[in-house]
Amino acid sequence: MVKIKKISSLEITPEHVYNDRRNFLKNLGLILSSTALSTFTNKSYAALSALPSFIQSKEHKIEKLSSLEDITSYNNYYEFGTSKSDPHEHADLLKVDPWSISIEGSVAKPLTLDIDELVKLIPIEERIYRLRCVEGWSMVIPWVGIPLNSLLKKVSPTGNAKYVEFVSLKRPSEMIGQKDDMLDWPYKEGLRLDEAMHPLTILAVGLYGKVLPKQNGAPIRLVVPWKYGFKSIKAITKIRLVEKMPITTWMKANPKEYGFYANVNPEVDHPRWTQATERRVGESLLAPRLKTQMFNGYQKEVAHLYQGMDLNRYF
Amino acid sequence: MKFNQIYIKRLIFILSLWPLLSISIIIFQDRLGANPVEFIERHFGKWTLIFLCLTLSMTPLRRITNVSQWILYRRMLGLFVFFYASIHLLCYIGLDYHFAWIDIKNDIIKHRYVIVGFLAWVLLLPLAITSSDKMIRKLKMKWKLLHRLIYVIAILGVLHFIWLVKKDITEPLIYAAIVSILFILRLDIIRRKKL
Repeated sequence: MVKIKKISSLEITPEHVYNDRRNFLKNLGLILSSTALSTFTNKSYAALSALPSFIQSKEHKIEKLSSLEDITSYNNYYEFGTSKSDPHEHADLLKVDPWSISIEGSVAKPLTLDIDELVKLIPIEERIYRLRCVEGWSMVIPWVGIPLNSLLKKVSPTGNAKYVEFVSLKRPSEMIGQKDDMLDWPYKEGLRLDEAMHPLTILAVGLYGKVLPKQNGAPIRLVVPWKYGFKSIKAITKIRLVEKMPITTWMKANPKEYGFYANVNPEVDHPRWTQATERRVGESLLAPRLKTQMFNGYQKEVAHLYQGMDLNRYF
Repeated sequence: MKFNQIYIKRLIFILSLWPLLSISIIIFQDRLGANPVEFIERHFGKWTLIFLCLTLSMTPLRRITNVSQWILYRRMLGLFVFFYASIHLLCYIGLDYHFAWIDIKNDIIKHRYVIVGFLAWVLLLPLAITSSDKMIRKLKMKWKLLHRLIYVIAILGVLHFIWLVKKDITEPLIYAAIVSILFILRLDIIRRKKL
């Protein structure tokens, strides 16, 4: 089961975490009894050392899973460098312990908690999803995580909450790719509230039944399987419910190429890469490209979210 | 050609096969990584640009070193540009797209980096065809004019790389800088000729 690391020395607790603790206690008071509170008082936000037991996905045999080696060595994670092999090489520098994630903004019950508490609060489960990168390659990944809607329900979004904004970490000393102003750090992403509440949308904390590797977005990342991979923001520190559509990092970097929705769509081409077909990572040298499916194959589940929308315009 | 020049030329020929040898070693050792097709495509794309820069540096080298011998290797290096560009294109058509001509056509017409890359290869064709001594004699001044296409090809090749890259254009800009320097060195040659 989950082991909570106790760090008593104040010296090794970063200042922002120390300050956050006050908020954390305040928020925690809303959901926990005073007895539980006393046991948490001396702890810092701990990262996940092991995954609790979880429900396995029934979809193991539907599509061949990408290998753990491919999933952990071929990544787009510009915080660690722009080459696909950089995250594997440099992500180890990142300290994910302690870590806290706060859910705030237009919510009745804001919440700040660590990953251990999160997986105690909401049972984790395995989800096998296709991941389609905007660059034209894809994988099949067995994530372990929690449905985002379960978490959002806990904080009770108010009537003003129309969108969800996600904010990643900015820590150039450990995320060495942030030493370049390649993108506007920290990385930000966003979803419409109904997209965030969709049962397919998860926050992943694990992969292949183990704690999420750092190059894949540890300790916690978003996974939205019907959207291009860049929507699935890694190393999340804040989830904000907001009224206006957030400007995401890639929209800011290149609004002509990256839209807010970024739904996988073989009909709407990207100026750089074809979206009609894709190359499945890990296949042999001689394997053909695959036809890209509408909404990455999750059309039945999500098409209703976009009814009546011009997907050429809202790309 | 002098005796030692023949040996140097042979040596350059053998060295120029390195991209083929190195990719064979990588394939043999199974080190192509998660996206083997992309790896091979990029490998030959990169070597095409390197040979393009090498070809373009022979004329300035003759100027700078005052040794005319460099020009003897220019044609061979130029043909290697065509050779590796053709392998690069074949990888794209065969390995990546499995000769799915409709998909290939759509990819070429819809994406500017593919258009300029393809155009660069098309322009290399007449240069490769007219590279023989016989053609040089036959075309005379027209040959010189025709082979200035290499400057257009160099620009298209670098543009092909710049437009492919999503955000970090450091590497393509290195090639752009090298090609620019090689162009600037020529401006000097043109000026001297006019004087």
